[in-house]
Amino acid sequence: MLEQCEGSHAVAKAVALSRPEVICAYPISPQTHIVEGLGAMVKSGALTRCEFINVESEFAALSVAIGASAAGARAYTATASQGLLFMAEAVYNASGLGLPIVMTVANRAIGAPINIWNDHTDSMSMRDAGWLQIFAETNQEALDLHIQAFKIAEELSLPVMVCMDGFILTHAYERVDMPDQAQVDKFLPPYEPRQVLDPNDPVTIGAMVGPEAFTEVRYLAHAKQMQALELMPHIAEEFKKVFGRDSGGLIKPYRLDDADTIVIALGSVLGTIKDTVDDLRNEGVKIGVLGITSFRPFPIEAIRDATENAKRIVVIEKCFAVGIGGIVSRDVRSAVQNRQQSVLTVVAGLGGRPITKASLHKLLIDTVADKLEQLTFLDLNWEVVNRVLDREKHLRRSGPIAEGILRDIGSVSSGIA
Amino acid sequence: MFQVRIHGRGGQGVVTGAEMLSIAAFLGGRHAQAFPSFGSERTGAPVVAYCRIDDKEIRLREPILEPDALIVQDPTLLHQVNVLSGLKETGYILINTNRTFDELGLGDFVKDYRADHLLTVPATELAMRHVGRPVPNVPLLGAFAALGGLISLEGVLAAIDQKFRGTVAQGNKDAAREAYEIVMNQEKKAQAHHA
Repeated sequence: MLEQCEGSHAVAKAVALSRPEVICAYPISPQTHIVEGLGAMVKSGALTRCEFINVESEFAALSVAIGASAAGARAYTATASQGLLFMAEAVYNASGLGLPIVMTVANRAIGAPINIWNDHTDSMSMRDAGWLQIFAETNQEALDLHIQAFKIAEELSLPVMVCMDGFILTHAYERVDMPDQAQVDKFLPPYEPRQVLDPNDPVTIGAMVGPEAFTEVRYLAHAKQMQALELMPHIAEEFKKVFGRDSGGLIKPYRLDDADTIVIALGSVLGTIKDTVDDLRNEGVKIGVLGITSFRPFPIEAIRDATENAKRIVVIEKCFAVGIGGIVSRDVRSAVQNRQQSVLTVVAGLGGRPITKASLHKLLIDTVADKLEQLTFLDLNWEVVNRVLDREKHLRRSGPIAEGILRDIGSVSSGIA
Repeated sequence: MFQVRIHGRGGQGVVTGAEMLSIAAFLGGRHAQAFPSFGSERTGAPVVAYCRIDDKEIRLREPILEPDALIVQDPTLLHQVNVLSGLKETGYILINTNRTFDELGLGDFVKDYRADHLLTVPATELAMRHVGRPVPNVPLLGAFAALGGLISLEGVLAAIDQKFRGTVAQGNKDAAREAYEIVMNQEKKAQAHHA
């Protein structure tokens, strides 16, 4: 049924419809509304046969989810930003143990400087932790991906992170088509674990493994992610049969036919990029968009095939690896290696800076004209940067950078534009 | 696409107002997208929220830089924040006040705007009378329903029922209806003047 609601509410309902048995909750913006919504549903009796556990930290949230999953329960939690960092050790344990936990990451920047707004630095910091990472473009997709995530996780016995842009999606009201319980039950069977802690049939989950077998265990983690590349498109097909919608899968091509230039991105910025690309198409520019839904596993073949005929690829990413440059673009480069295509990196939207159509339009015009440098920071204020560099050159005690910049731009407290 | 920007202060229901506007538009069969400016909201601090309304799916995710309409929940912001920034020449301004645009010092700014696009409603007074709290967001939506037929009063009343219960819902509905009537009368006068 169609409804107009907040993204967090849509996700909370999707998780509830997936019949979780244990939900571990610790609040952190911009994720909090999701677990609050689930807590309210458990309390009101709308969500039954589910234990809602208020834990004392993010480390505890995921550790309790690990315990619950090992005991055979369908387990869910959600976090963001510093919260994800605080649970980092447990993040690796969940995937290393092969436990099919589903976790929402409401993407937010990482401090310092402290910043509550959106970018992808948090989930990118865990990109090599062995979880599947799927990114939602809209609230409808966030809703759909959560239902798919439980199925993918449980088929593979691997945890899945569903990444959705904090505030931009979590706090946006928009139209979603909310499935009913019968549809979700038809799509998602009860959890049948591959491994379970059972006193009547004891096993060790988390045995110590030495040099004699560690490589094999780690290789199998990789092999499972490669299986996910096969599985995810099938799950998306099954989903379409039950729900009638295209959602999930590995990649999302948009106007790629005859495109000389392809823009690659993840998450909600794809919408603004598509609007910009429509304008450029009307101006006669041969340009298209490739959205990446599955960042882990990284769909190398699908991206290689989809970009085969392009002259240039520009990756717009809300994160970067300090000291080298792009993260997503580096992976894209490995997909298209040995081809005569330039792969350019654009870092945009850090710490919630709006990515506007006007800026994208100018950027893409420059891209098409081959005027873009290898690494570009969209809308970077050079005057501010140079003032700090100059200060550091002339003053030994140049002071804290963040405070100095805020003073330079005349902003007493960081905030909205 | 029609884009509305709402300015107010923390505690005045700015974000809720944008959300309810989107619900009212949705109930009228439109696509709508509402979102806050994501500041560190505190009671009394300037807050901005946005709502886009269209007949097709809305993909754009940037803040609203060139609104078709402004709703100003707190006129004291007019001289603190650049509230009027980017407003289209054909745009609407709806202000919560019992003063005129001239009295608010806006006479010069609005001289090229259509008279029937410039509206005021004493929304805080209406909220105090009907709800008992200074929350001008809902009466302003009632007033907004009287503009241009973008959303209907029925849609606003239904959105109130989705967000509130009992006497709070009833009080807000009464306030929205009265604000709607006030603006309808202003519109009629302005149009008569225009004609």
